[in-house]
Amino acid sequence: MAIFDDELARLKEKILEMGALVENSIRDAIKSLLEKNDALANEVIQKDHLINTLDVEIDEECIRLIALRQPKAGDLRFITTAMRIITDLERMGDLSANIAERALELNKEPDIKPFVDIPRMRDIAHGMTRDALDAFVNKDKRLALDVIMRDDEIDDLKHAIISELLLMMVEDPNIICRAMRITFIAQYLERFADHATNIAEMVVYLVEGKMIRHTINPQP
Amino acid sequence: MIEKSIKTLKAESKSLNFFYGTLHALKNVSMPLEINKVTALIGPSGCGKTTFLRCFNRMHDLYPHNRYEGEIILYPDTINILSPSVDPIEVRMRISMVFQKPNPFPKSIYENVAYGLKVRGIRNKKTLDEKVEKSLRGAALWDEVKDRLNNSAFDLSGGQQQRLCIARALATDPEILLFDEPTSALDPIATSKIEELIIELKKRVTILIVTHNMQQAARISDWTGFMMLGELIEFDKTDKLFTAPAEKLTEDYITGRFG
Amino acid sequence: MEDIKKKIKENELKDHIFAIIGLMSTFVGLILLFVLFVDLFIDGAPRLSYKFLTSFPSRFPDEAGILSALVGTFLVMLVTAFAAIPLGVGAGIYLEEYARKNWLTNILEINISNLAGVPSIIYGLLALGLFVYFFRLGESILTGGLALALLILPIVIMSTREAIRAIPNSIREASYALGATKWQTVQWHILPYSIGGILTGIIIGLSRAIGETAPIITVGALTFIAFLPTSPFSSDFPFLSFKWLLDPFTVLPIQMFNWVSRPQKEFHLNAAAAGIILMVMTLIMNALAIYIRYRFRKKIKW
Repeated sequence: MAIFDDELARLKEKILEMGALVENSIRDAIKSLLEKNDALANEVIQKDHLINTLDVEIDEECIRLIALRQPKAGDLRFITTAMRIITDLERMGDLSANIAERALELNKEPDIKPFVDIPRMRDIAHGMTRDALDAFVNKDKRLALDVIMRDDEIDDLKHAIISELLLMMVEDPNIICRAMRITFIAQYLERFADHATNIAEMVVYLVEGKMIRHTINPQP
Repeated sequence: MIEKSIKTLKAESKSLNFFYGTLHALKNVSMPLEINKVTALIGPSGCGKTTFLRCFNRMHDLYPHNRYEGEIILYPDTINILSPSVDPIEVRMRISMVFQKPNPFPKSIYENVAYGLKVRGIRNKKTLDEKVEKSLRGAALWDEVKDRLNNSAFDLSGGQQQRLCIARALATDPEILLFDEPTSALDPIATSKIEELIIELKKRVTILIVTHNMQQAARISDWTGFMMLGELIEFDKTDKLFTAPAEKLTEDYITGRFG
Repeated sequence: MEDIKKKIKENELKDHIFAIIGLMSTFVGLILLFVLFVDLFIDGAPRLSYKFLTSFPSRFPDEAGILSALVGTFLVMLVTAFAAIPLGVGAGIYLEEYARKNWLTNILEINISNLAGVPSIIYGLLALGLFVYFFRLGESILTGGLALALLILPIVIMSTREAIRAIPNSIREASYALGATKWQTVQWHILPYSIGGILTGIIIGLSRAIGETAPIITVGALTFIAFLPTSPFSSDFPFLSFKWLLDPFTVLPIQMFNWVSRPQKEFHLNAAAAGIILMVMTLIMNALAIYIRYRFRKKIKW
């Protein structure tokens, strides 16, 4: 089944290509916000369709492999995992685009205050995405579980940002519009990290054959 | 873990070893058969799965220099069917077999089905008629042959012949039905009919099937055992074995990365 | 390109040459048989008549017939069949279905195939020693029949085994898997499915026995018999008599031999006529064997 092995390898490459696009998109989206770079924000929105195209391509390839190769055991888990991962990646691309849209809106107005927690959220979300994809490539269950654990940090940061913005809005209602947009961005980043967590959970299934989704406390 | 999920055992091999002369063909095979379930055996050619199957009706007794070690316990009466004190004919009267290639006798359809009963000394025409009809219905063949019971079995198609062989095996109300790659000589349509029939039959009889076709094992069995070089490598629920096998060898075999 | 064409032509030529040689070899046998038959027929046909069949041998060629030889042949064949069939078929079934394969059965098998090649006169000597002198059965129909039975026993055994071996093993396994014993399997499957082959073997054996002279002469068949054996039917209870078994007898080949060894030309014609009868009997038996084989083969194909 050397052909099948080649096909699976190509499938994996495509997923990584899609993952790299998503990693870039979140990085650039936040960068366009921090640097008030409209051109970069527009580029992020533009590039989302590349991610969508890959999503459809990979989906079709997976269905073709299921129909023609009747994958079993590890191969079956790899292909089903791939199908779920790309769904998450596609949503992550959308969230990046959403952030870029908010950035375009915010860039027109003065800052409320310097961004501190948003870059930290980005770093964590970006790291989670990179590590989830690395775990997928290397079938590394430990790394995947580590990604899942990090989701809490990002939740905490989101709550911190929202509390802080609420306080500021109460003090100065003039900033409500801008603060809401920043709140959305925090929300998008948190969602983004959730999808990275989903990917990590699928990696655990890929390696172990056990679904750990919706279990409260996934232990290694 | 496996033992817990089996409610009632129909039979169980315990440390079964088998020798063709000096060739050690089965090595310490311990495997349960759950009652009214389909248990499938898969594995590469020459892995011993057919040898294992043929232990269950003492088919190996027909040829010289064959030797069993270990036990196959038949429940609920817990007799060891491999024990020299157990008559192989008694075993074969309780455990029927369907072979790889359809092998009807060159006699009429009726005679084929009635044969097992005649062997048991049943001569009453009415009893025979009833049993023949019941068995043919059980093998989903009655409607196709009811008007030509006295025709030669060789007039039937390959798939029909195999269902006739199933009817023949059913006529004696066996407790276990052994299938030795029953569809390997049949086309896909005849194969799917036999598969449906096997799923239907498990309501009344425990089934052990050897198959070359992994998809078939996946489609019809509740439990699957993977054998290699005379050893039972892995035994588990079919869905578990085909999605997440525990053993690397099983994984390699079912994903086609063997050798 | 031209070379290849040339080579092909050359090979095809060789092909044709061999086909012609083969055809000629085939015809040599056929033509010889045909010439022999025509010669016999020209010589013997004028002598064939109802009277020829129903008269005893005589000193006068015109009055001589083959009645006693015909009846003798028939009765000897009867004894041969009754002795060789159960023994041969039984032995064949035993060797194929019951006997475990070991050195003893191997020796048995080798011996049986060797027996088929033993010259028939040896069987005659064996019968003379065993039946005539040891069992004191006399120079009788029984002795002659048993001698011929010994002669064709290997043929019957071997054809029985061949016929049984043609039954696929899957049929046996199907029977055993349903809980049948060996005898049930033999009775319901092995015998019925091999009967065509077995019958063919028996008939071929008998058609060989019918023309045998050497063993019959050795056991002491008379060359000149002008009476019939005791009738097998009697007027007293139990209406059947087996006295004929111990009566002296002659058979067709011996009658022919007797006539041929006479100086008179007329007796030679009688021998030719008897030869026609013998040949027709053999041909009929062979035709029957072919017919049986054909019929059973049509009925059962594996």
